[in-house]
Amino acid sequence: MSDSHDHHESHGFMSYAFSTDHKVIGMQYMFTGMAMALIGGFFAYAFRMQLAFPGMDVPLYGIVSSAEYNSLVTNHGTIMIFWVAMPVLIAAFGNFLIPLMIGCDDMVFPRLNRLSYQIFLLSAIVLISSFFVEGGGFGGAWTSYPPLSAKAEYNLTPLGSSLWLLAVALEFVAFLLGGINFITTVMNARAPGMTMDDIPMVIWMIVLASILFMASVGPLIAGAVMLFFDQQLGTAFFDPDRGGDPVLWQHLFWFFGHPEVYVVLLPAMGITADVMCVFARKKLFAYRTVLYTAIGTGVLSFFVWAHHQFISGIDPRMANLFTVTTLLISIPIAEMCFVYIATLYGGSIRLTTPMLWALAFLGEFMIGGVTGIFLGASGSDIYLHDSYFVLAHFHYTFFPIAIIGVFAGITFWYPKMFGKMMNETMGKIHFWGTVIPFNCIFIPLFLLGIGGQHRRIYNYEHFPELAGKSMQDMRVFATVSLCIMLIFQFVFLYNFFASLLKGKEAGKNPWKSNTLEWTTESPPPHGNWKELPNCYRGPYEYSVEGREEDYWPQNIPDDEPAGGAA
Amino acid sequence: MRPIATTRSATGIPTGRLAVWWLIASEIVLFGGLLSAYIMYRLSHDAWTAQAAQTNMWLGATNTFVLLTSSLTAVLAHKAADNNDTDGAFKYLWFTILGALIFVSIKAFEWTTEIQHGYTLTSSTFWSFYYCAAGLHALHVIAGATIMAIVSMDVRKGKEMQRVELCGLYWHFVDLVWIFLFPLLYIAK
Repeated sequence: MSDSHDHHESHGFMSYAFSTDHKVIGMQYMFTGMAMALIGGFFAYAFRMQLAFPGMDVPLYGIVSSAEYNSLVTNHGTIMIFWVAMPVLIAAFGNFLIPLMIGCDDMVFPRLNRLSYQIFLLSAIVLISSFFVEGGGFGGAWTSYPPLSAKAEYNLTPLGSSLWLLAVALEFVAFLLGGINFITTVMNARAPGMTMDDIPMVIWMIVLASILFMASVGPLIAGAVMLFFDQQLGTAFFDPDRGGDPVLWQHLFWFFGHPEVYVVLLPAMGITADVMCVFARKKLFAYRTVLYTAIGTGVLSFFVWAHHQFISGIDPRMANLFTVTTLLISIPIAEMCFVYIATLYGGSIRLTTPMLWALAFLGEFMIGGVTGIFLGASGSDIYLHDSYFVLAHFHYTFFPIAIIGVFAGITFWYPKMFGKMMNETMGKIHFWGTVIPFNCIFIPLFLLGIGGQHRRIYNYEHFPELAGKSMQDMRVFATVSLCIMLIFQFVFLYNFFASLLKGKEAGKNPWKSNTLEWTTESPPPHGNWKELPNCYRGPYEYSVEGREEDYWPQNIPDDEPAGGAA
Repeated sequence: MRPIATTRSATGIPTGRLAVWWLIASEIVLFGGLLSAYIMYRLSHDAWTAQAAQTNMWLGATNTFVLLTSSLTAVLAHKAADNNDTDGAFKYLWFTILGALIFVSIKAFEWTTEIQHGYTLTSSTFWSFYYCAAGLHALHVIAGATIMAIVSMDVRKGKEMQRVELCGLYWHFVDLVWIFLFPLLYIAK
């Protein structure tokens, strides 16, 4: 019913809001994610100001109370992972790119896709509404450990904590629906001639991420129901006084939580691979190796979760085991990074804005990966656990994934999404204005963490050994760097919207790229192509010897001279 | 008009069947997480044995029989759909729904009795698990019956016959979950 409705090409609000077109849904995910990123960034600003200048009347926010501080920290983490990284990296890019890159006109379940976005939107509304109920938003950290999260007399947010849980559970449902759609679409709706080896890496990575998510989130949904019952109905699943066990929640949470890191990492890795090949004008080095290591990473990621619980009282023999698996997982990830460097080697590199982001992703993520080794080893983790070292470590992984990777993707596919080119100068100003302050924020936090600064503390003045001037100076430095980084985001927003109006026309294929999405109009019409393309080769045939052009689009038959064979 | 994407089948497996298998995969981990948690607790709480003895094994066994029978009718519905026998498919779908209704009715009777005897959701963690796991399963039974009722409307007109098989796949899964729940909650004393 709604399908025939779409073909009227009407542009009313209702037809936009209820469109089943994958590109529209992708854009809705992207803009919702960007709006949530602004909220999450603002929260970071507010609590960082409190840490640098305790008790200050924060401009645009006011005085941060201790309860508000907890809620700001909790919801900053929750928003950035579940409402920014997930919707933008997987849902926005997945929805926009999958049908275009595999050469079909839509997802295989367009209405399921629509439902998935609607549930996601509802989850975002529930989360935002939780900030305004009595007692305020939930403040028990994004990991929501009981008994703090389970008992209202501890967390003092009787409604906020349950709404938070409900929002997270709804968000999971949305991504389960979306994930099933992504996987079946790539399995079944590929263009004629597109074999497994012809699928662009970013699509593979989004599919693998969807499978990982699907295979890991179930126990946490069960856990969320149990925690909700503990909060609202008085059960005692996680209450040690009445026969429950709070560590069970940690198992259920991290059984999902650690694969989740790879759920968001893999799409960013895929975006980087595609961007690097285009701007190095080189074939992806060892396509199958990247694929197999990604699958290996995915499998291993199910056996590392208890490294979050080295000091939760788990059996030390188990800690040894999880140390080994955790250190093992750095091997496939390192291998992928080496493969990417090998892809760059000998290429004719063009330092466009998307390429800068892709290179920065590689460099910054490696810092995150290397510092993770200290935390995966149970011995050093006992000292570093719950310190700012941990915090800086996972920001060095998540920031490259959710911010740098996303900017690489947005600046690369912007011409396809909107038919206009973004301004390169502003793009580069934004790039340096983001990446330099990012390092200035988190390198001091590594040092503070080694110095013993514990996480989730409202005011360090109350801790004489942490209140020294040198430590406070580093906190101020990090906060000022954050403010500078946030200000530079307005350059991006201006560039994004101004380019919509007065950007240069992009044409079909401004980057001279091979993959199928560049063979249709920019932006692609409803149905994507007048005639759906066939696929004749892999996605990364750049600089092939004997051809005049240094690229060879996937849709051009071998014997056709278009594109200029010798 | 449907997108061309919905008509493609690069794997040779119908898209609907693929999607249901992935759905089942996600459900397996959901119930897997819940049941693993239950088993871990059960192994470390000897006191649960006495509580588990309070469950009504005979009603549970009857429900197992009902659910297994409804799986048989689901298979018969699939067979009828394959032979393009719309009346047969419709009839057997409704037999399956009837099985679901009997299952839920017995469950309702059982729970009412237990609650009247004072065994509620909050009595102990065993009973919390009991109501949580069986309740989540019962929700799946109700959802399956609802879906089959909706699908049967098209089937009667001879449309979307492949959906009968998909309902059957899902129904066998719901059945299988109960096969795990029944011994864990009722028999293991």
